[in-house]
Amino acid sequence: MVERMIKLPDVGEGVAEAELVEWHVDVGDLVREDMVIAAVMTGKATVEIPSPVDGEVTWRHGEVGDVIATGTVILKIRTAGEAEREEQGEVPAADDPAEPAHKLIQPLKASHEVSPQVPEKAPLPDVRSGQSARPLASPAVRLKAREAGIDLRHVAATGPAGRITHDDLDAFVRSAHREPVASGPAPDTTIHEVKVVGLRRRIAERMALSKSRIPHITYVEEVDMTALEELRARLNGADGKGRKPDQPKLTILPFLIRAMVKAIAQQPDINAHFDDEAGVVRQFGGVHVGIAAQTPAGLVVPVVRHAEARDIFDCAREVARLGEAARNGTAQREELSGSTITISSLGALGGIVSTPVINHPEVAIIGVNKLAIRPHWDGMQFVPRKMMNLSSSFDHRVIDGWDAASFVQRLKALLETPALIFVDA
Amino acid sequence: MKDIVCKLLIIGAGPGGYVCAIRAAQLGVDTAIVDMARPGGTCLNIGCIPSKALIHAADEFYRTVAMAAGGNPMGIRAEGPSIDLKTAMAWKDGITGRLTLGVSALMKKAGVKVVVGEARFRDGKTVDVETETGRQVIRAESIVIATGSAPAELPGLPFGGPVLSSTEALSLEAVPPRLAVVGAGYIGLELGTAFAKLGSKVTIVEAFDRILPVYDQQLTQPVAKRLASLGVDLLLDTKVKGLSGDGHGLQVEDAGGQQREIAADRILVTIGRRPRTQGWGRDELELDMEGRYVRIDNPCRTSMRGIYAIGDVTGEPMLAHRAMAQGEMVAEIVAGRRRAWDKRVIPAVCFTDPEIVSAGLSPEEARAAGHEVITGMFPLAANGRAMTLAAEEGFVRVVARADNHLVLGVQAVGAGVSELSAGFALAIEMGARLEDVAGTTHAHPTLSEGFAEASMKALGHALHI
Repeated sequence: MVERMIKLPDVGEGVAEAELVEWHVDVGDLVREDMVIAAVMTGKATVEIPSPVDGEVTWRHGEVGDVIATGTVILKIRTAGEAEREEQGEVPAADDPAEPAHKLIQPLKASHEVSPQVPEKAPLPDVRSGQSARPLASPAVRLKAREAGIDLRHVAATGPAGRITHDDLDAFVRSAHREPVASGPAPDTTIHEVKVVGLRRRIAERMALSKSRIPHITYVEEVDMTALEELRARLNGADGKGRKPDQPKLTILPFLIRAMVKAIAQQPDINAHFDDEAGVVRQFGGVHVGIAAQTPAGLVVPVVRHAEARDIFDCAREVARLGEAARNGTAQREELSGSTITISSLGALGGIVSTPVINHPEVAIIGVNKLAIRPHWDGMQFVPRKMMNLSSSFDHRVIDGWDAASFVQRLKALLETPALIFVDA
Repeated sequence: MKDIVCKLLIIGAGPGGYVCAIRAAQLGVDTAIVDMARPGGTCLNIGCIPSKALIHAADEFYRTVAMAAGGNPMGIRAEGPSIDLKTAMAWKDGITGRLTLGVSALMKKAGVKVVVGEARFRDGKTVDVETETGRQVIRAESIVIATGSAPAELPGLPFGGPVLSSTEALSLEAVPPRLAVVGAGYIGLELGTAFAKLGSKVTIVEAFDRILPVYDQQLTQPVAKRLASLGVDLLLDTKVKGLSGDGHGLQVEDAGGQQREIAADRILVTIGRRPRTQGWGRDELELDMEGRYVRIDNPCRTSMRGIYAIGDVTGEPMLAHRAMAQGEMVAEIVAGRRRAWDKRVIPAVCFTDPEIVSAGLSPEEARAAGHEVITGMFPLAANGRAMTLAAEEGFVRVVARADNHLVLGVQAVGAGVSELSAGFALAIEMGARLEDVAGTTHAHPTLSEGFAEASMKALGHALHI
């Protein structure tokens, strides 16, 4: 028997620490080589850590939400067999006295975690019958537990010789989800604590950063989208002529992206990062448009890179591809970072006005509100027009209200006369 | 030929493979199975079933011979008994034929695609099958290796001519006057005993110092005694050097280095079985091995994703019922159910005379595993049913933990005790304590009372001894 120490590997970003977002194994579990043992998050990417060996997990360090330094021992796996013994970097169990665990874990807590938790799990009543590590239960009870995903080692046994009965298992299941029995309306005094970890925590930090450091100015203007919508319908083939088979269906977003490219050409200070610590605004030649997207895990911002070098269909294709990748969780780290300006669009949920939060350290974010047919005074009468508001926020430290308004007015002019988007002038 | 694309492909239609196929198909998994021979594998065709048929025929005949010799306590007389081994073999073949047809029918009913031919991996998802009508390619998401095992050869004594494996011994058409058996494991003893009863002069040669080395001496002693009474020569601590010069005998050397020759018309080599790890394209895969076996983990996964292995090719105990249980489990896993191998016991039976059953740990094994144990033994000589069967030799022995009386193992030796294995395995699998077994009313008069009595004995209050 050899005990292998599994360290948190360098997950590839040159970072010194990573946040533990999920454990896939527990003490006592048998793991196989390459089986995922844990997931950690660095930056915006979640990285799964595979087990390098087969064996039984004997010790586990860190709770979900902990920030752990690269190189810290997070798991000990007891391996059997001769073959493994020859591998490097393992410590024979004999040389690994109970010396300890706490030595290994000191530097690992993020400062905001107050309660230092003892790493050794001291949980669960020891209900195992003596030396028999396998819980004692009939095949039917074992099957029922397996199908319910219950580890029988955690079930208290009341049967003779420490045998787990059907009743024991049922009691365990009941205690796991005990629900108040109530009839009619009753005050609900329960408080459900949800630990903010992983992507959610990341979002929380970014939002706090943006809102605490950037004095926002938000400017709302309405845009008559009737002409653009006609063009869009045309390009999407509503009249039967149709787009080419390799061309994606166009939404409003690619038009907006191209309009932004045009407007930024006139006002390059909008497409910038403000490094307030260095006191430098970095204006970018390339327009990398972040598209705020909702995913099952939370908000992510995939980036359409070099929009200035893409035509309208290319933009559309990229928006669709990134959206899909973000929803599936398959987006690469590079695809989720590096934007220079961001679009926030909630589509049909866009509302009339929003106050978008700038994606730090950018200086502008364009919010797209809902498109709706509204009466419009053309000087003679009210006519129905397809109207849409743009709610855009700017970093008022480096963008004056005049410049912000000018930028939005440029966008409005481009979108209301979409031909201008396609004219090189 | 059009490629077959399926979810699950099983290579080998022995007890592990066919059970896996039937169960998977029952669960709606699109399943194919390949074997070059009739379904049923070694077990049905050339192993368990035909050997038990032969043993039964030999028992029946020998009983008659004993009656003819006179002095039968029940007063039965017989005269001039004889056996036509050809007829016995035809009877045996009828049984295996019916069983293999039954397996075919069950697979067909479940909707399993059966392909006859020699399978060979092309890669981890593709298998080429050489069939009578050409090459059939089968692609599958999951593949189960259930290629089983084959009789092991002794270097210097290859099968062929007078040297038989168990397969040939089970299809002899005449009783060899002199039979030498190499290896006193359960296969050698079962067949050696059967041929002794059929009239062969049997000599058993074993390199170890006792028969059935995997069982303790208490269990094997009645078998050794019976072999002696059947006139079987047992040469222990004796090594086989090779065929004698004229090819009609065996050259052996005893512990003292003394060489001698054993005259034999046939030489049956039963030194064990080797897993069939060649001939199906293992080289095309990256399978980890564990010694000579394919390495598997708890749910029978090999080192390659999507490839499982079950049965003899994965290691000891090489028993059909282990393979069947593994096959059933893998089928359910492939069908998406949560399963793991959590059996506490795989009982084993030797159909020697008398029979030996072992389920769970022997007293020595239990002590070696760190348990403090108590044991209880009940001799069949004190069992009414054993007396009425004129089979009083043997005992039932139970091994339990001293602290909580959990039954860790049960062994028995005696005529017909193989049927007791069910109760033994059930007790261990259910986690029974001695009190549970002792508190279960066992029918009288049956041999099974011995189990309850042995448990009472361990608790210190046996009724009938």
